[in-house]
Amino acid sequence: MIKFVLMVNRQGQTRLSRYYQPVELGRRAALEADVVRGCLYRKKEECSFVEHQDFKLVYRHYASLYIVVGITESENELSVYELVHNFVEVLDKYFSRVSELDIMFNMDKVHIILDEMIQNGHVVETNHSRILAPLSALDTLAHS
Amino acid sequence: MSPSVRLQEMIRVIRSARTQGEERGVIQRECAAIRAQFRQADNGGRSHNLAKLLYVHMLGYPAHFGQMECVRLIASPRYNEKRVGYLGAMMLLDENQDASLLITNSIKNDLAHSSQYVQSLALCTLACMGSAEMCRDLAPEIDRLLRASSSYIKKKATLCAVHIVRKVPELGELFTPAARALLAEKNHGVLHGAVILITELCERNAQTLVQFREAVPELVHIMRGLVTSGYSPEHTVAGISDPFLQVRVLRLLRILGRNNDTASDAMNDLLAQVATNTDSSKTAGSAVLYETVLTVMDIKSESGLRVLAVNILGRFLLNNDRNIRYISMTSLQKIVSTDHNAVQRHRGTIVDCLKDQDASVKRRALELSLALVSAINIRSMMKELLLFLSTCPPELKSHAASGIFNAAERYSPSQRWHIDTILHVLITAGADVRDETVPNLIQLITNASQLHCYTVHKLYRALVADISQQPLVQVACWCIGEYGDSLLQQGECEETEPIQVTEDDILDALETVLQSHMSSPATRGFALTATMKLSTRITENVDRIRSIVSIYGSCMDVELQQRAVEYNALFKKYDHMRAAVLEKMPVMDRSSMGQTNGESGGGGVQELEPTKPKQPEMVVAPQPASQVCDLLDLLGDPDEPSLLGGPLGPGGAPLGPAGLMPGSAGGDLLYLLGGLELTPTPTPATAPAAVTVYDKSGVVLKLSCERPLDASQTITLTATNTSDHDISSLTLQAAVPKNVQLQMKAPSGDSLPARSSAVVTQTVLLNNPNKVSLKMRVRLSYTSQGSPFQDTVQIDSFPTPGL
Repeated sequence: MIKFVLMVNRQGQTRLSRYYQPVELGRRAALEADVVRGCLYRKKEECSFVEHQDFKLVYRHYASLYIVVGITESENELSVYELVHNFVEVLDKYFSRVSELDIMFNMDKVHIILDEMIQNGHVVETNHSRILAPLSALDTLAHS
Repeated sequence: MSPSVRLQEMIRVIRSARTQGEERGVIQRECAAIRAQFRQADNGGRSHNLAKLLYVHMLGYPAHFGQMECVRLIASPRYNEKRVGYLGAMMLLDENQDASLLITNSIKNDLAHSSQYVQSLALCTLACMGSAEMCRDLAPEIDRLLRASSSYIKKKATLCAVHIVRKVPELGELFTPAARALLAEKNHGVLHGAVILITELCERNAQTLVQFREAVPELVHIMRGLVTSGYSPEHTVAGISDPFLQVRVLRLLRILGRNNDTASDAMNDLLAQVATNTDSSKTAGSAVLYETVLTVMDIKSESGLRVLAVNILGRFLLNNDRNIRYISMTSLQKIVSTDHNAVQRHRGTIVDCLKDQDASVKRRALELSLALVSAINIRSMMKELLLFLSTCPPELKSHAASGIFNAAERYSPSQRWHIDTILHVLITAGADVRDETVPNLIQLITNASQLHCYTVHKLYRALVADISQQPLVQVACWCIGEYGDSLLQQGECEETEPIQVTEDDILDALETVLQSHMSSPATRGFALTATMKLSTRITENVDRIRSIVSIYGSCMDVELQQRAVEYNALFKKYDHMRAAVLEKMPVMDRSSMGQTNGESGGGGVQELEPTKPKQPEMVVAPQPASQVCDLLDLLGDPDEPSLLGGPLGPGGAPLGPAGLMPGSAGGDLLYLLGGLELTPTPTPATAPAAVTVYDKSGVVLKLSCERPLDASQTITLTATNTSDHDISSLTLQAAVPKNVQLQMKAPSGDSLPARSSAVVTQTVLLNNPNKVSLKMRVRLSYTSQGSPFQDTVQIDSFPTPGL
């Protein structure tokens, strides 16, 4: 299962964080710093999977953002790698050419999208239109 | 108005803060404002405030005062507020907080709401942080939703059911029939959720697993549909239709097929089909293939299928994408023990991966290569591994070195090759090898007696070239000390280019080691001892050796000083014994070296501990030479009491005159009690604390033990005088078996007045790391009425202190 999803920029600032296993607040900062250190300093030729303590990290680099997903040992890393890309595609579709600022300023919407895709550490839906359906319904409600 | 507008303002303000302190100030002001607003009654901006609070929480600041606000917002009828309320609940609350109980009722109501979006919010939150009681309460609701609702709700309900099963495993039976029925759904989201639910149920409960084995044909049918279906715009990722679902189904099939022949048979065709038809040019296809390989390896598949799977992994190894290479090596690692031959076929590629740029790939390649070493390919593999060792990153060096040593030990084709390999490793990666390498290598060298000449030449050359690698220098010094005479004679060895080595050259090399600041104290100890040993092996420069040794007699390092002083004594007073003491060492076997090494522990303290146990016979042999003579003195002149009372360190004194030959038969010197019977003495069940061990002519000696730890004991010897005459110059000496260490503290006095008016006590510390049966021989000597007396008593059984 997926333990957490983090979006971090190149300076190490967290732009989005979602934990699917309870981690207390004090330990979160330390965990995030550790994870970020593990991923940010990897060179371009190195692979996207890192073994960190007792779980694995899958990270992908998009422009100025790093998306890091922590998974348990039993999960298929390549599948999660694709999932991250899927997530970014959905964001791209919703925000039309998403950038880091879009994610920062619309954090609640990003959370809604993430909830539609991943629930309780497992994948719920991967189809773009179905993921965005409730959000667009909410938007039309808000505008009307 | 969406809650994001004011949130955006706040984010902008926070971003414009230049320093951490400024940011903290801004956030504290905002939090204060939010808190004030929460306390007010219902106003329109509640959702905005909570959204801001969640942002602040994400940055790491405490936000617990928002919990009650979440509860209030969840109960609100407006969707906006509910949304933010539930999001807040998922982020701020967990089941340990009291506020979470308050939302149970809201969730219950919302699950029955007319709008499916509200229902979904409730499901999502329940799945995220539902406690066991909440789950129990709401499980029937979830079950109802699983059966009859829109697919949007069904897929969320299944994942909620997964959470419930995790929290309350007994409820699994409630969901089993519904889960089974869901497999017939067409909607991929629901199907996906159903597969996850079934996976969870099977993992928890073995009977459910048996039940779901009947569903294998259905699952096979689903997979087949996915694999053979054409392009479907809804779910295709890079040409594969719904790879996420495929991976999930494969994983479930793996769990169902494990250890079960019928289920495995049903899957064989499907797995072969998936393996051959899936296009692996993109990551999505590779993900599916990877899962297939894992499944094939785990179930009872036929051998053709297994070979196919290993070939897929081999193909992955050649892929350009390093992620895929890493994955394939991880899987190969898991199967190398079971399918060794299949993996051997890909050995060439694996060895090539040792040169990859990526550190993770290199590490995997190293582990795999070490696992693939066998008697047949040892020579070529070792060449590659040694090449790797010279270029590998520092964190892998020690792992590689120890792996190489293990492989060399198990499969070395000849002793000469073995020694060559170890030397090569010491030269390239000397600083990273483990501590026991040095004694192991020494033991290996002594065993290969025909190679002594060759070895010592090689080591000498390595020593002259570079003295910075400590283990290498230690081994080289030891060998030069032992076999220095072979170094001087050229004719007999098979070296390719014999070089002319004179005695001066050797002594120069050793002196360089002694004086260099790069040498650790242990190394200098080795070098000094080697220099000393050479005094019997060479003929002309003995004076030079004598001068070196006497210089170090005033060295700052205590260990070196002690050695130098003893060696000096060997030159002066005991010159007649020198040859015997410094004879060649006998062949050591593994076990005797291993025992004493047990004490050296971690590599931290280098000075005294590793060297002393590593050279037990060498260091101790000169010592008893001097101590024996002390005892001889004592025996000859009992009127001079020795306050220390007994020999220090392991071993004791022979009772007869100096009819001993230390050195060659070093063991005999130490093992005094060899002639005695070795039947283990039964420890007395109920023993008094102090046992009288000797009682003759008025002198009574009692022995008591404290601290009945196995390894170390403190024994107190108490002497009393029950006769009518005073006793003076009382000394006690003790001897113990080999491998037990003895240390006697100063006695409390040396005279015993008559009629038990005072006692003399002496404490003895025993250290018995190898737990040999403990015996002790005590010799008393005293003067009574002007004449000396002496007696010996043997103690076979030690009392255990009463509990």
